[in-house]
Amino acid sequence: MASTSNTSTSNTSVPLAVQIDGASKHYRMGGNLIRALDGISLEVAKGEFLALLGASGSGKSSLLNLIAGLDRPSLGQILVEGRNISAMSPKELASYRLHSVGMVFQSFNLISSMNVLENVELPMRFAEIERARRQQLARQALERVGLGERLGHRPSELSGGEQQRTALARALINRPRLLLADEPTGNLDSRTGTEIMEMIREFNQTMEMTIVMVTHERPLAERYASRMVFLADGKLVREQTSNAGDLALEERHR
Amino acid sequence: MKVSDLTELALRNLRQSLLRNSLTTVGISVGVASLVAMLALGIGLQRLASRRLKASGLFDTVVVTSRRDLRSFNREQEMSGPAPAASPALDEPARARMATLPNVIEAYPDIRFITELRYQDKPHLAMVAGLPASSRNNDAFENLQGTFFSRATAHEVILQKSFAEELLGKSSQVRDDDSSVLEISKSLLGHELEMRYSERVENFPQASRARPRATDPENLEVSYSVISHELKLRIVGVTDLDPESMRGQFRARVFVPLQLAEDLHVLQPGNIRDTTRAFSRTPQYSTVGVKVKSAQDVPTVEQAIQRMGFNTLSIVDATHSMRQFFAILDLFLGIFGSLALAVASIGIVNTLVMAILERRREIGIMKAVGASDSDVKRLFFAEAAVMGLMGGAFGVLLGWSIGRVINIGANLYLARQSFPPEQIWATPWWLVGGAIVFAIVVSFVSGLYPAARAARLDPVQALRYE
Repeated sequence: MASTSNTSTSNTSVPLAVQIDGASKHYRMGGNLIRALDGISLEVAKGEFLALLGASGSGKSSLLNLIAGLDRPSLGQILVEGRNISAMSPKELASYRLHSVGMVFQSFNLISSMNVLENVELPMRFAEIERARRQQLARQALERVGLGERLGHRPSELSGGEQQRTALARALINRPRLLLADEPTGNLDSRTGTEIMEMIREFNQTMEMTIVMVTHERPLAERYASRMVFLADGKLVREQTSNAGDLALEERHR
Repeated sequence: MKVSDLTELALRNLRQSLLRNSLTTVGISVGVASLVAMLALGIGLQRLASRRLKASGLFDTVVVTSRRDLRSFNREQEMSGPAPAASPALDEPARARMATLPNVIEAYPDIRFITELRYQDKPHLAMVAGLPASSRNNDAFENLQGTFFSRATAHEVILQKSFAEELLGKSSQVRDDDSSVLEISKSLLGHELEMRYSERVENFPQASRARPRATDPENLEVSYSVISHELKLRIVGVTDLDPESMRGQFRARVFVPLQLAEDLHVLQPGNIRDTTRAFSRTPQYSTVGVKVKSAQDVPTVEQAIQRMGFNTLSIVDATHSMRQFFAILDLFLGIFGSLALAVASIGIVNTLVMAILERRREIGIMKAVGASDSDVKRLFFAEAAVMGLMGGAFGVLLGWSIGRVINIGANLYLARQSFPPEQIWATPWWLVGGAIVFAIVVSFVSGLYPAARAARLDPVQALRYE
């Protein structure tokens, strides 16, 4: 991918999908202040495939939750396509999650009492889309991820890969411009993981969807992401373009 | 989220924990049933009481007497109005005018006389009274054996139980227990009784029996003859009416149709007294009973009759204080009935809080894919409402069935005590609808806290929860 121009955070010639300005997330636990995220600034260009890397507890998932609008920063702000989501009301935030972002998780997060079709339909229920239209779109999305034949199955009757594909179909159903993936292959074997990653890459390339993926597997990030950002102790430590090796290594916040 | 989706998801969620939610719903049903049963009992008793009061005819009758008789029941009435001598006569034209007053069903004269009745050649002395046709519906004749008078002028007679026993030569000391009205009536119904009576015949110059016109000359001599007659009457009914009853109309031991009694022109006790007064030329009634449509109309009718120059008497409307009593009774029954529903509402809170704990992750997922706080809140409200609706509907059915069963049981008991059946339990439609709505409202209120709690759930925390 020719996205080397996006490596510089100061470059504003390409429209930004996500802009994070000094975002911090602090918790108080038993009297101690925990800095899950500490003054993160980061920009993600439209159509970019960004990987957030780091050891567990480094804050990469916390950052993803902030971008997803599931959580709010204690300090700083987050802009998605120019809209400050940190200042949104809970209702606006819910609408943002519904229409602008799709999410996939390591543990798939499907509702076990619903079948595949119903799980994919679910976001459209909140968007108040008519049943017939809803089912049609859900079928199309499921066919796209190769699950057109398994509509009536419960998540427990599916393999891990199939479950993650269902989750992908659900993430895509409201046609978001931003896909957030939290360790999407973490619970899958390498072959299935590759399948899922290929799908995500396809969405990135054919639908011009911006991808932010959290992973702790560096090879995976190198293979699929156009840029990698490393976090440690809630701080951004360095970033590099994955396909250029260590050439563009940059030390930040040290 | 749309209402249809909300309902569908709510039903789906309720099916997930079928046993728990069914038990909660049963709890609501029992609560609603107890409320319905209690209120139905209250309403049923109230209706029963007002039915009895209405049937007694005590509260919708005004007793009218003439001021000439100086027999007022009320000092105030006696002091006010025209002097006795100047008062109008309580005669047929006065009665007819009373009958045309608004809200008056009928105005009937009280005709009674003590006379001799012969049964199988044995003489018996008794008070005979004329009965208006409307008495047929009075509860005094509920236990009548035989039939009521076939016509207003039929030569028929209804006997009071103790007099009937006297005719049969039975001692009247041991009444009530030994012989039932049914047994006594068997040997009397259809038999004939001979009544001896004195007819009052006016003496006019022409010796005509026609009544004098109001324009008759003042100097006409006032006189009448008394002629003894005998009349055969057929016994058609026997009643266990208490001859000492407080209802003046029924204070007699032998009853004949009122019209017949009038037509016979029997000499009334007051007639002799009337002859001492120059102004009495026409037959006077000692009392006229005025039957009013409902107890509420009694005061206005009474006032109207007083303005006509007569004394009136009525028993103070007891229905007002009765309604007040039943309002309080219903309130208490409602409170007791609601206790079970209150317990059931705690069950709803418990069930929904449990559901939040169990479905924590699911709520997190819904929020992550775009459900708003109000979507989650409404989903829990919908679940509470479905439980309330179903619990309410089953509860009403259960409460109604309990009422039916108790009604049947009570009537079996009444029948064994040889009382007529009664509707002790009443479930009007407003109670059915009200109970279901109340159950839903209670469920909604119970859902307030769980729904708010579910909506407040932090999606990040919820998704982390395994």
